[in-house]
Amino acid sequence: MKVLVPVKRVIDYNVKARVKADQSGIDLANVKMSMNPFCEIAVEEAVRQKEKGTITEVVAVSIGPAQAQETLRTALAMGADRAILIQTDLDLEPLAVAKVLAAVIAEEAPNLVIMGKQAIDGDNNATGQMLAALLDWPQGTFASELEISSTSAKVIREVDGGLQTLEVALPAVITADLRLNEPRYASLPNIMKAKKKPLDIKEAASLGVDLAPRLKVLKVAEPAKRTAGIKVETAGDLVTNLKTAGVF
Amino acid sequence: MAVLVFADHDNASLKDGTHKTVTAALALSPDVDILVAGQGAKAVADAAAKITGVRKVLLAESDSLGQGLAEAVTALVVPLMSGYDALLTPATSQGKNFSPRIAAKLDVAQISEIVEVVSASTFVRPIYAGNALETVESADSKKIITVRPTAFKAAAEGGSASVETIDAGAGAGKTHFVDQKLVKSARPELTGAKIVVSGGRAMGSAEEFQRVIEPLADKLGAAVGASRAAVDAGYAPNDYQVGQTGKVVAPELYIAVGISGAIQHLAGMKDSKIIVAINKDGDAPIFQVADFGLVADYKSAVPDLMTALNAAGV
Repeated sequence: MKVLVPVKRVIDYNVKARVKADQSGIDLANVKMSMNPFCEIAVEEAVRQKEKGTITEVVAVSIGPAQAQETLRTALAMGADRAILIQTDLDLEPLAVAKVLAAVIAEEAPNLVIMGKQAIDGDNNATGQMLAALLDWPQGTFASELEISSTSAKVIREVDGGLQTLEVALPAVITADLRLNEPRYASLPNIMKAKKKPLDIKEAASLGVDLAPRLKVLKVAEPAKRTAGIKVETAGDLVTNLKTAGVF
Repeated sequence: MAVLVFADHDNASLKDGTHKTVTAALALSPDVDILVAGQGAKAVADAAAKITGVRKVLLAESDSLGQGLAEAVTALVVPLMSGYDALLTPATSQGKNFSPRIAAKLDVAQISEIVEVVSASTFVRPIYAGNALETVESADSKKIITVRPTAFKAAAEGGSASVETIDAGAGAGKTHFVDQKLVKSARPELTGAKIVVSGGRAMGSAEEFQRVIEPLADKLGAAVGASRAAVDAGYAPNDYQVGQTGKVVAPELYIAVGISGAIQHLAGMKDSKIIVAINKDGDAPIFQVADFGLVADYKSAVPDLMTALNAAGV
């Protein structure tokens, strides 16, 4: 069984995003970039499934600039077998990413796609669902537990107020939520080994997929800042202030 | 132009997110219909018909719609969209699950979690965990949108729209529902609560979290929340999580106990009307957004607060 794991290179989650002065976007010059945290969870899950013997091959794929090779090397160091970079300098929207992934899947024919539920830059939470729609595959989103058998997968999903269990026929798209697992740190020997694993590069334009954006970004602004209020001395003062503010 | 709003409900009762999404929809067009997809959900449809400004309510019922399966909802909604220019869905876990699937089937973008309607084709949405607000203009013929309910006021009730039963669509296909375990709680739901009491990693254990946070929440009739750090440490269940990767709340009063105020957490609660922070570290970032800060150890501060609330007759 073969699994495809799409991964995205994004601003490191510990870095605070800053809006450019001309409101054209986020300033990413000289900012630390890393693998999107939810993509890390997806890679970890695929590798653990391989270690359990349910999966035989893990293929990581990234769509992005030349530097996304670093993100793919991270996936390889975590345990993916090989990697594919679909190279583009365009900032693709989820629909275009899903179309590119569908084209990769037409060639690779995986039995399963495991990917992060959302990227922490665009916060769209859409690509996995869109990919499942384009392929007409079932989807198991926001997974916190995954059990793979030969023809289906049992997915425990995080829903509002609890957990839902679904059984989806394979092939299917699974998107990872926070509690699915805790990703490993790649060891130095594995980082060294990853350098020798195969990484193919293709131009996104060569896939014959519609990459045109559907949304025009008019501006990116900083949200209104909250200002710090007052410090109170005692719990009693706190209640008095809340009463004055009309809360009680 | 006509807009379809997907109703948020649990088959028994209509949820407030629907009213808020109707407000966003009415900013696009006066022609707003509501779709209630569920099972045994006639009472929900009747409640939706009372929302002011709604033209009519469509009711579609089947088992897989009642279970909220994305494949079934997509099969129902995609053909309906020939009669609508926009679909607005509350950004709940269910809405986030099926809405992008519908968008891709229609070959259009999804505009995720809007917080403002600028015009019928231009919207504002948070990106980078709410550290930036992006204004986007859509060139697509149909707009598929999820709405962050906390950003809109609830539409009033007082209307009397008609309810029309429609065919349930083709079903869920290759996805089968196994079961669902929902936490039963007498407390209000986190995203709709007027008061939220949240605990952080400072609690140190699940027992301590329950001992400290829950009585205060119950005293105030509040929902319970938690920081990601507390959830990661196993002190609180995942669906308590307030923040970028959890729930976004905007209650009248938010009380953060033992929460330092990581960017990730602030993204989920900074739109609350009044924020109270209790933390023994006076330099914690949470105090930069708090209206009222109490620099004290929660171990003494929370019991003191309970006493003060009792004394004040709250």
